[in-house]
Amino acid sequence: MKELSLNILDITYNSIKANAEKIEISISESISANLIQIEIKDNGHGMDHELLEKVTDPFVTTRTTRKVGLGIPLFKQSAEDTDGKFSISSKIGEGTAVYASFRLDHLDRAPIGDISSTMVSLIQANDQIHFIYRHSTDSGEFVLDTDDLHAQLGDVPLSEPAVLSWIGEYIKENLEDIQGGKI
Amino acid sequence: MKSLAELQAIKEKMQNKVNLRASEDDNTVRVVVGMATCGIAAGARPVLNAFLKEIEDRHLGNVICTQTGCIGICQYEPVVEVITPDGTKTTYVKMNEDKVAKVVTEHIVNNKVVQDFTIGAYQK
Repeated sequence: MKELSLNILDITYNSIKANAEKIEISISESISANLIQIEIKDNGHGMDHELLEKVTDPFVTTRTTRKVGLGIPLFKQSAEDTDGKFSISSKIGEGTAVYASFRLDHLDRAPIGDISSTMVSLIQANDQIHFIYRHSTDSGEFVLDTDDLHAQLGDVPLSEPAVLSWIGEYIKENLEDIQGGKI
Repeated sequence: MKSLAELQAIKEKMQNKVNLRASEDDNTVRVVVGMATCGIAAGARPVLNAFLKEIEDRHLGNVICTQTGCIGICQYEPVVEVITPDGTKTTYVKMNEDKVAKVVTEHIVNNKVVQDFTIGAYQK
């Protein structure tokens, strides 16, 4: 994947497929700590111990169209390529959390990229899910909680194109404010 | 700086339109974008976002855009299916933002399939 935001998009579709009602996406980027941390946490149906053990193997997948699944292995590799760490924890009936860290100044670290498009794509995929997106940098934090958007919009769905484009701009502006997404 | 309160204005503008959309079922064009790992790695995200932007800019109230997983032809990603009101499905392959603009103008608005971008054209 060319951008970490594409890995985030890909991994979060697993949460959507696991029927999560709430998905928290947290990104922290710190130049002073030379570290990027990404966590995707859901309250979907979770995985049993057996599947959890195998899930970083490319030859394990839940899809039926072919026998390989590369989402999690790619994310793991992109973290480990930068001397970062990767972990995944899950409990049946409770949900799954995927964590990856990256050494910020590592040559092989992909840019975070267009996280605004990632969030717009996810909200468009299922506007009934409660998304909480947190992004922190050395200079501040931005939080987007879709419950706050619903409170303003009432019956108007988040998947309305005009709403989606507003959300995209809103994220971009706020990230610029905390100088996020540029590294 | 944008504030959440701006959504109130969008809400007021939208409410009439949402009702309109619900009553136009027979006329609905569906756009389905493949968003599995294969699609994302090949560039499906900008394709999806380009469709959303075209739908908004052109006020295409009869177009519904949805996402799906792996369609099974990963080598042709990004893959987009357009299903017109008569039920005809057209599969566009190796899509990009420029191609989206053409598919919207020629196929979705003017009902003329862009043959050069279809899977049939690539498999020859």
